[in-house]
Amino acid sequence: MPAPRETPHLMDLNFDFAAESPKLVQLLLGVVAFCAFIGLMLLLLDRAPMRQKARLHAFILLAPALILLGIGLVIPGIRTTLLSFMNGDSSSWVGLENYSWMFTQPEALTVLRNTLIWVLLVPLLVTAIGLVYAVVVDNTRFEALAKSLVFLPMAISFVGAGIIWRFVYAYRPEESDQIGLLNQIVVLFGGTPQQWLLDPPINTLFLIIVMVWIQAGFATVVLSAAIKSIPSEIVEAARLDGATPVQMFFRVTIPAIRPAVIVVLVTQSIGTLKLFDIVRTMTGGQFDTSVIANEMYNQAFRYGETGKGAALAVFLFVLVTPIVVYQVRNLRQNRQA
Amino acid sequence: MTTIATPLTQTGAHAHTPSARVRRRLTSHGASLIAIVIALLWTTPTFGLFLSSFRPEDQIKQTGWWTFFADPQLTLENYQSVLFGTSSSSGQMASFLINSLVITIPSVLFPVALAVFAAYALSWLDFRGRDWIYIGIFALQVVPLQMALVPLLSFFSQGVELFGVTVLPAWDLEGPARFIQVWFAHTCFALPLGVFLLHNFMSELPGSLIEAARVDGATHGKILRTIVFPLVVPAIAALGIFQFLWVWNDLLVALIFAGGTADSAPMTVRLAQMAGTRGNEWQRLTAGAFVSIIVPLIVFLSAQRYFVRGLLAGGIKG
Repeated sequence: MPAPRETPHLMDLNFDFAAESPKLVQLLLGVVAFCAFIGLMLLLLDRAPMRQKARLHAFILLAPALILLGIGLVIPGIRTTLLSFMNGDSSSWVGLENYSWMFTQPEALTVLRNTLIWVLLVPLLVTAIGLVYAVVVDNTRFEALAKSLVFLPMAISFVGAGIIWRFVYAYRPEESDQIGLLNQIVVLFGGTPQQWLLDPPINTLFLIIVMVWIQAGFATVVLSAAIKSIPSEIVEAARLDGATPVQMFFRVTIPAIRPAVIVVLVTQSIGTLKLFDIVRTMTGGQFDTSVIANEMYNQAFRYGETGKGAALAVFLFVLVTPIVVYQVRNLRQNRQA
Repeated sequence: MTTIATPLTQTGAHAHTPSARVRRRLTSHGASLIAIVIALLWTTPTFGLFLSSFRPEDQIKQTGWWTFFADPQLTLENYQSVLFGTSSSSGQMASFLINSLVITIPSVLFPVALAVFAAYALSWLDFRGRDWIYIGIFALQVVPLQMALVPLLSFFSQGVELFGVTVLPAWDLEGPARFIQVWFAHTCFALPLGVFLLHNFMSELPGSLIEAARVDGATHGKILRTIVFPLVVPAIAALGIFQFLWVWNDLLVALIFAGGTADSAPMTVRLAQMAGTRGNEWQRLTAGAFVSIIVPLIVFLSAQRYFVRGLLAGGIKG
């Protein structure tokens, strides 16, 4: 339904700020109540007798966090696991039906295929671009500015980035002027404008570009810090040896920053597996672009298929766990080394 | 290393031959080119959106933003209508902007404060099971949000029932009280990373400092307030900025716990709605997106130092 087009006159702009005041009262109440709670905790801490075994103190300090973690993560995690073996409205047990749906039905397989494409491409592209950029701006006059420019998208929400890129991908029919940058460039080189987000599987690639755009700054910063911590003797020795910049890159830089590269690859894989916002904002998961997290939301909260949604969430958990375990082991080895 | 470097000085002289110099300059030109291309690719999309948000509606819809330089026309009308317009087709963004603030401030304050307490206990108190509790909290970082959403929502809307007995009633929050469940959800989800990050910093403080204070008869409350807290302010700042960006930019938690109306939904939810139903109303989308981007951008730029430090300390959340 097309919205009636109205030009805003000052008459329409009587925004009612008074109507917003209950929200601010709620904010004030919430913050004051919390501060009172913290004050109470500190008071209890001061009153509790000091002993070597500080069990009472530990209880006061830890109880709020542990209770919240229990209610917010532990119990829900267990319940979701149980729900994944139940039907859509959680009224009866269905065994492994939801899981067999996930691995046999074409629509679910498309979701898994897309997630696989995402998790293969995003970490690789992010790391590669971040690494190249960190190397080429290293020790140049504009390094700080150059890094900030690429780092800025980190502050932008995935929703905002989705809109920025939908604007880049915007399509107008061939005979009219293009308003999207990408199609303008295509037209400039004599091509015909495309609807980039409509045709699977290539549309997933155009969504991946958005994620890479957001995350490359993260890789740049982490890898740049690693490059700067390479001992200068090694760099100097290689340079005196007559190593070309390309040789430097592959023989000196990469081996020296391997741990940081792994950190970037791993964190990007985890983030990509849980990706939701970009797909939701740009295509809503239509045109075969859905991924696990998006499909989980659709199944559980839009189609009322709690069981299938829960099964997807559990599968996500299963995919993420080994990566995190690997990361922790890796961090530990680095610390010991 | 120095022992190897000395004999190499001889060969190093060859690097200064004319051909080597030319080769180096060429690659550095290549490097500059790569740097410029990447920098352009990374800034142009945002710039295009920013510029478009100030162009009149008919121009945004008919010509590309790059034609602005041939025919410059600017207006603030898009911002007026998207922020303060009261018709349902306009953004009503001012309302959602306030919601974003009301959601974000407590959702940063609560988990950071609780994480400070928990991290202090796990770093400096001696009690049985301490390591196990730490490992447990640490391991919870593995659990994706998605695992918690359905049960937590039913916890809010239906309460807890065990064997037919209502243990906890439903929260039944309406109107502004609905923010409480958003704060609650964000606080729970932020704790594992928060405790982990702050524990990393706190446990590296010199133990003699805390020991000395205890010998002087200071209580744990006092040690936490006067000694530990001032020393971990940078870590708290890093965590706070993380959490701020995370909450402000979050869509998933808000969609589920804040609903979709101007009563309690944040800007991200509204933008996602507008992108879906009014995907071609670019005059509102560009202005609306920019309003939502500018706040975290300011926070981010003014505190980038802490943010980077937090990143390098392993603060990643997905």
